[in-house]
Amino acid sequence: MNKTVNQKAWFFVIPVFVLVAFNAIIPLMTVVNYAFQETFGNNQFMWEGTRWFKQILISERFHAALGRQVLFTLIILAIQIPLGIFIALNMPKEGLGVPICLVLMSMPLLIPWNVVGAMWNIFALPDIGFLGHSLNALGFDYNFTQQSGDAWFTTILMDVWHWTSLVVLLSYAGLRSIQPAYYQAAEIDGATRWAVFRHIELPKMKKVLTIAILLRFMDSFMIYTEPFVLTGGGPGNATAFLSIDLVKMALGQFDLGPAAAMSLIYFFIVLTVCWVFYNLMMRNESNS
Amino acid sequence: MSKITLKDLSHSYLQFPTKNEDWAIKNVNIDWHDGGAYALLGPSGCGKTTLLNIISGLINPTKGQILFDNENITQKNPVERNIAQIFQFPVIYDTMTVFDNLAFPLRNRKIPEEEIENKVKEISNMLELTPTLYNRASGLTADGKQKISLGRGLARSDVNVIMFDEPLTVIDPHLKWVLRSKLKELHQKIKRTMIYVTHDQTEALTFADQVVVMHEGQIVQTGTPVELFEKPKHTFVGHFIGSPGMNILPCKIDNGLIFINSTNIEISNSKLNNTSYSKVELGIRPEFISFDKKGLPVKVTNVSHTGKNNIIETESDGGKIKLITKASVKIPEGSAFLNFKKDRTYVYKDDWIVE
Amino acid sequence: MKKFKWLVPTIYIIFLMLPIYWLLNMSFKTTTEIINTYTLWPQEFTLDNYKKIFTDSTWYTGYLNSIYYVVLNTIISVAAALPAAYAFSRYKFLGDKHLFFWLLTNRMAPPAVFALPFFQFYSSVNLFDTHVAVALSHCLFNIPLAVWILEGFMSSVPKELDETAYVDGYSFWKFFFKIFIPTITAGIGITMFFCFMFSWVELLLAKTLTAVAAKPIAATMTRTASTSGYELGLLAAAGSLTIIPGAIVIYFVRNYIAKGFALGRV
Repeated sequence: MNKTVNQKAWFFVIPVFVLVAFNAIIPLMTVVNYAFQETFGNNQFMWEGTRWFKQILISERFHAALGRQVLFTLIILAIQIPLGIFIALNMPKEGLGVPICLVLMSMPLLIPWNVVGAMWNIFALPDIGFLGHSLNALGFDYNFTQQSGDAWFTTILMDVWHWTSLVVLLSYAGLRSIQPAYYQAAEIDGATRWAVFRHIELPKMKKVLTIAILLRFMDSFMIYTEPFVLTGGGPGNATAFLSIDLVKMALGQFDLGPAAAMSLIYFFIVLTVCWVFYNLMMRNESNS
Repeated sequence: MSKITLKDLSHSYLQFPTKNEDWAIKNVNIDWHDGGAYALLGPSGCGKTTLLNIISGLINPTKGQILFDNENITQKNPVERNIAQIFQFPVIYDTMTVFDNLAFPLRNRKIPEEEIENKVKEISNMLELTPTLYNRASGLTADGKQKISLGRGLARSDVNVIMFDEPLTVIDPHLKWVLRSKLKELHQKIKRTMIYVTHDQTEALTFADQVVVMHEGQIVQTGTPVELFEKPKHTFVGHFIGSPGMNILPCKIDNGLIFINSTNIEISNSKLNNTSYSKVELGIRPEFISFDKKGLPVKVTNVSHTGKNNIIETESDGGKIKLITKASVKIPEGSAFLNFKKDRTYVYKDDWIVE
Repeated sequence: MKKFKWLVPTIYIIFLMLPIYWLLNMSFKTTTEIINTYTLWPQEFTLDNYKKIFTDSTWYTGYLNSIYYVVLNTIISVAAALPAAYAFSRYKFLGDKHLFFWLLTNRMAPPAVFALPFFQFYSSVNLFDTHVAVALSHCLFNIPLAVWILEGFMSSVPKELDETAYVDGYSFWKFFFKIFIPTITAGIGITMFFCFMFSWVELLLAKTLTAVAAKPIAATMTRTASTSGYELGLLAAAGSLTIIPGAIVIYFVRNYIAKGFALGRV
């Protein structure tokens, strides 16, 4: 669409700008304050420069948390994106099945995150949980509170349960926008099911999939509440992802300086990845 | 390549059709001869796209059969039928180059790559796509894209029929003409059966040797453009083809004579008997009416000049009548009399011609 | 192959429903049954857990608090985002692209990063433990999202609509409220749905910014889980109840969900 240049448009943006700036800039400045200074309470600060940053960047604890976080996010994306597309491809296109699928599939998205954690805790408990009990009955030695492998398995399964629907709904929306003529032409050209997916469905879903990957990356990279309630980061530090580790450091140990520095590094990582994605997405949008 | 026969074909999109209106296609019987250039003409919603999709195998008809060379292929899928179809808007595979687009149907049929290469080159030459052959197909203009869709159909050497579903809808007006003559030229070169669906009479009449006119799910007439013009078998054909369309006037039959109000109209080609009809109408094209000293009395109400001709609207006791005269003919003011050309005036009973 | 297509969504939905069923199952059991036996459905069906929640004010005020700040946040977010989204979809202005990206970055900020500064900041402006504080803090991620979704919907409305209205003599605001907003009702519905959703499911900030007066139900639950020992039935009942508002909201927007999740950008 051709947009006209109009500087007065700023007036429309002011409420949003004020509300967000109020929430974003002042707290962010607090974080920056802590990151570069040592505090002894009572608003006394001592300039520390980049000491905390250096400390965080070389600390094994941060490396471990970051490693866990990256691994977790990669696994999540590797499972949820293909699975979500696969389910969307098999969803009904018309009839009563459509609203039923959409409503039921959206359910997990609207459950408070700590309830998701609590629910999965109850569901996975080895003695009284359906999942834990069933796995043990099948002969697996499963206990997510004691074995880190099981804790990872449960956390990932929980996140798949919680968020795959978002990918499904986005892909479904993308698929619905494809004109029937494309399928008809492919049928006449003798295209295989795979070719239809590869050359028609996937290209048309590109835009929504970018959004899906972006949202899933962001949210899985920032995950806090669900694993906190489910495993508390344990056993040991097995599922202590970046946010959990950060809150532990800031509120648990009150190491404000390093915590603030870590916050900024953390934020910077998310921002960089999202910036790349955002540019990709905008390029897509201007192409079509 | 083969003759295509549609036998007692009916189709409804409903699972349990009850009323007459539930049927999109109503008992269609037609033969499409090998190598013919056909147009399927009708307004939106008359069932022409449905009919096309039934021939290509995208829709399974509720009743009836489709025969290719007298072999029943009703249950076969589009690939087995070996047909090509070009859609309203260009369908291209965005991620592929023009070359890969054209090669796609051939590769799916496991044709050796060498042969594909030759075939694609030949087709791209024919369609003037060679300069952009290795470009991304998504970067082309609408007419270029539509050429690719067409090329994908032409690339297969053995297709039984190439079908076009309003292929020029998204093409710029000045390119429409270019593409249309290209199609005509292609037909002469490759002698493949082509069926061209459109609601535009100019497109249909310029492209086709045989025009099939559809109306409310039925085929009302099949014929050459001249036949459709000179002798419409159904009032729908009369007013759908021609600009302005045929004048359809209510009339009375008395003792084998035709009257509009009290004026007797002479015609030469209808055998009329005395049985009474529920609805009788007289049809005459504006081109075959002229002013005269006697005949049907009318009042001239409006004149529009189109350059070479004048289109004159008149008002008679039986209703409005339009006629076309050469610009040189003097137009009487106020009252006038009209003369209908005897052998081009027809009587229609319940919309169908009486012969 | 095509015949078994329905199996995929069916299996997936069963997988989704299992934990929810288990939660409901627990909520109707007595504590003794939960601790002593493993049963697939309640043997001694009881409503005691729900009764406790509806009669104990520490429980039900949690719900009221949550709904209060969620609704407040939804209204603030959508009201502020409407004109801004219009500006982004219709006009070019100095710094528009950067501003848009900056807004989006706030959706990308890990809430854990902001928890402590938020606590200090809202305490310093005397808003700690109020509904307004939570509603305002949730604007951090809901406003960018609202602007983004609305911008998508608005951009799909042809500009000719605006021009026709001006030609017909409408003033800007009359056009905006009488014509433009009604044409994007679906988009506004979806935006409200998303704001509601993200405000309803968020806990970290809501918990950090409240103590007693505005404590959300979700936070009440964590307290119960940690302090009053093994009251799993009660916890399950409270959890089950938090699913209801979401379910109601989904039901209302069910026809727009598919398009809405693509943020109007399909």
